Amino acid sequence: MNNKPDYILFDKDTQAIIFNYQQNAIQRMLDFDHACARKTPSVASIVNPTGKAGFHKAYFGQKEILIPIYPTLKEASDNHPHADVVINFASFRSSYATSKEALENKNIRTVAIIAEGVPEARARELAEIAKLKKKWIIGPATVGGVVAGAFKIGNTAGTIDNIIESKLYKQGTVGFVSKSGGMSNEMYNIIARNTDGLYEGHAIGGDRYPGSTLIEHLLRMNKNPDIKMLVCLGEVGGEDEYQIIDAMKNGGITKPIVCWVTGTCASMFSSGVQFGHAGARADSNRETAKAKNEALKNAGAIVPNSFDDFGEKINDTWKKLNIKEKVVPAPKVTLDYNEAKALGMVRKSSNFICTISDDRGEEVTYNKMPLSKVINEGLGIGGVISLLWFKRQLPDYCHRFIEIILQVCADHGPAVSGAHNTAVTARAGKDLISSIVSGMLTIGPRFGGALDGAASDFSHALDSNMTPLEFVNSMKKKGDNIQGIGHRIKSVQNPDIRVTIIKEFARKHFPSCKLLDYALEVEKITTSKRNNLILNVDGCIGICFVDMMRSCGSFTLEEAKEYVDMGALNALFVLARTIGFTGHYLDQKRLKQPLYRHPWDDIAFL
Amino acid sequence: MAQKGIREFDAKRMLARFLPEYTSSVKYDGKIALVTPTTDFNQLAKDYPWLNSGKLVVKPDQLFGKRGKNNLLLIGADFQGAQKWINERMNKEVTIKQTTGTTTGVLTHFMIEPMVEHKDEYYVAIKSSRAGDTIYFSLQGGINVEENWDKVKELTVPVLESIDSQNLNHLVPSDLGSQKEAVIDFIKGLFKIYQKLNFSYLEINPFTVVQNNVVPLDTVAKLDDTGAFESSKDWGAIDFPPSFGMKTRPEEQVIKELDEKSGSSLKLTIINPEGRIWLMVAGGGASVIYADTVVDLGQMKELANYGEYSGNPTTDETQVYAETILEMMTRTKHPQGKALLIGGGIANFTDVAKTFTGINNVLRKYQAKLRDHNIKIYVRRGGPNYLEGLEKIKKLGEELNISIEVYGPETHMTKIVPLAVKALGLN
Repeated sequence: MNNKPDYILFDKDTQAIIFNYQQNAIQRMLDFDHACARKTPSVASIVNPTGKAGFHKAYFGQKEILIPIYPTLKEASDNHPHADVVINFASFRSSYATSKEALENKNIRTVAIIAEGVPEARARELAEIAKLKKKWIIGPATVGGVVAGAFKIGNTAGTIDNIIESKLYKQGTVGFVSKSGGMSNEMYNIIARNTDGLYEGHAIGGDRYPGSTLIEHLLRMNKNPDIKMLVCLGEVGGEDEYQIIDAMKNGGITKPIVCWVTGTCASMFSSGVQFGHAGARADSNRETAKAKNEALKNAGAIVPNSFDDFGEKINDTWKKLNIKEKVVPAPKVTLDYNEAKALGMVRKSSNFICTISDDRGEEVTYNKMPLSKVINEGLGIGGVISLLWFKRQLPDYCHRFIEIILQVCADHGPAVSGAHNTAVTARAGKDLISSIVSGMLTIGPRFGGALDGAASDFSHALDSNMTPLEFVNSMKKKGDNIQGIGHRIKSVQNPDIRVTIIKEFARKHFPSCKLLDYALEVEKITTSKRNNLILNVDGCIGICFVDMMRSCGSFTLEEAKEYVDMGALNALFVLARTIGFTGHYLDQKRLKQPLYRHPWDDIAFL
Repeated sequence: MAQKGIREFDAKRMLARFLPEYTSSVKYDGKIALVTPTTDFNQLAKDYPWLNSGKLVVKPDQLFGKRGKNNLLLIGADFQGAQKWINERMNKEVTIKQTTGTTTGVLTHFMIEPMVEHKDEYYVAIKSSRAGDTIYFSLQGGINVEENWDKVKELTVPVLESIDSQNLNHLVPSDLGSQKEAVIDFIKGLFKIYQKLNFSYLEINPFTVVQNNVVPLDTVAKLDDTGAFESSKDWGAIDFPPSFGMKTRPEEQVIKELDEKSGSSLKLTIINPEGRIWLMVAGGGASVIYADTVVDLGQMKELANYGEYSGNPTTDETQVYAETILEMMTRTKHPQGKALLIGGGIANFTDVAKTFTGINNVLRKYQAKLRDHNIKIYVRRGGPNYLEGLEKIKKLGEELNISIEVYGPETHMTKIVPLAVKALGLN
């Protein structure tokens, strides 16, 4: 402990140990420090009883600093013996033991107890230990206190803009104490607006046995020559305010004191209504707010008629002191990006844009449609794909068409390259993702890629007004196969049932099948050359999908083209086949298939 | 979170359980039965065979005293008579006179004990204060102890000191003769139980000594309910009954249940549903001050409710809270309208913009009624995101054409109270 006078609890050099890892409170303290132009941060170290030793990174102004974390108070205090305050954020269960340990530590002079619900008997013991050891407790059940321009406890005084607004970054001349922590910000505001500001203020907490009492703080503040007047907000219940009156009579309080005891309305409540704090209950007429306000007034305290003119009375009293307010310009505040953004003070171009879904609200939305609506309206997988891929809801038959495509393309047996790769990878002992991805990586121009190719080749031909024959000839001239034409086994006589399903659906539901008609004309020419040069399933899907987009009324022609260019059709195949690949992966695992090794006799060694 | 009264039945049950452990000679058997509206007397007689073997004492057990003076004490009846007496009173409304005034409430809980023939009535109480726990003892116990308060001796055991290191000789006078040791033993045990079980008040008036055995006849007790995590096992299955005559309105019940489920604090007490000034105030401290100010300005009869919401309630919780108030407020019309004060100090954590979203939803829902009932709304609030919150509600008022005046920390917290009082033509 350094040698400051007894009446000073905290000054610009005071450092605290924070018990429990309260990151927001720590940052709020450091922001206050910076606003006060403190040279050192007010947080010396952190005790995290459930964690390991380490460091916490925090801002001190714009600079980042590391604050040591210890698992025990003893280590924290041994390493930071100059820190004489413990701010105890322990829960009501462990608050007693940890506060007691802090009080028994020789380096610690003040313990702030934040927890609500500390048993009265324990709080009373702590208060007695503090008294015997000539130490201070602030709390329990409080937000804490503040010495303007020097040090604040935890979350006291709220946000940094409130701290500036209430002039707490600079030293004023008013000493304030209350029970209520919730009213402390408001009182600092009232004092700032009516005087040169706070010197120090404390909320002792609303419990029956606070660790330090109103009178103890007022007597201490009365001794401090830098404090010129006192303000006290008491409340109904208890006898504390009578101690103030005694002190005014016996010379303990000599400075002007403005007091108001809240709870004048309590007489209206039937007995049994616990309103406000645990301690706020008049057990006798003497303990009512009215009696205490009157007694304070009679003893010479300045007492307003109601809370409404509390500010005016504070102002009148301060003016009589003839104090010249020290002007300290408000510090520049370094705001956290998020805070500044909430205040509308900064903007930053985002690195990502998302227009398809949003999970920030109560419910995720797909293209602005809440998930519950998607489900309740039975949009199905086709509808979800429409919302997330095309950012629109399509007519119901389109949703069903997408689902038919997914079903048709879901699998095509174990021999195709993707399924084979998936099985081989699964048998090599790899996981689901690796196995599926290895299958997926084979999808391209030769496997599965014909959907895109057919859609773009045929639409290009149709859009440039080529006749089917001109199209066939132009492809022949280039030496390219026509994507989507030809099948290994199927032929005109042995049609592919999948193609039949797709064609029939399109004919039945689509307003127009222009590209399909065109493709069938092409097929007539190619099958006349060879029997198996039929429109195959990939080609049929690609072409019918183009017809769907162009005729359903939900896409412009440009949009329909763009989606083909972007690979939306290929995506349908990838999505569908993932179902099959997953099946092959599970199948291999289920069958406990061993590592696959290709037999030598199947490889031509040349 | 405070000191709460418990039933005499529960207090005696605890004494019966712990007195043998904490005294060397007290053999209080704790014969006591509780009767509630659902009690089956046949089953009760099976559970407590002593009910049919002697004279009984019956009285209500609902946190009020002076039962004898209020004609609510039955002495010397048999079990049949006890049942008849209880049945005549169960679920009936009675008005009782106490030193604090009269209270009307419904009788729902009775206790039955064996009658103890006795001559002496002693008084013992333990009360907590900041300095320690004080024991009060008098040989003149019973209903007239207050008149004989000068006979009461007291001893304060300071915090951190043990009862075992105290000299009880001056507390318990030698007049007791052979009973003295038993009484000291009893008081010491009582004190230890008091501390171990987180009692905050315990009064046994009277107790008597029968064949050197102590019998508590009438008991009043309060527990510190914040001690639950230390003592709930020792307390056993207890409830904290509401004080006698306290009626909970359905709307208050809704908020009470909301509060119990929430990490935030939501409280509502209806004072006068016909009142024209309604409060919706954030924060425990501020809510008292707003209610005070209404009263201090002489408008006690217009104050409709007291309550608070705090601790960063969710939008939904705020919405339920606001709707409960607006629904009650718009039940009856007043020709000169009513005022709703959405008040609060400068919040520490609560996101003001977020809480106002909930309030705004309800204002939107009730817009027609708000106009129809000529309800004027006054807002005063500060804290995180208050500018955004205030702006939103201000715009909403303009959009919906309802009267909303909006103030921030630049305006004194309770300024909206006189503004509302004036607008309602009340001063």
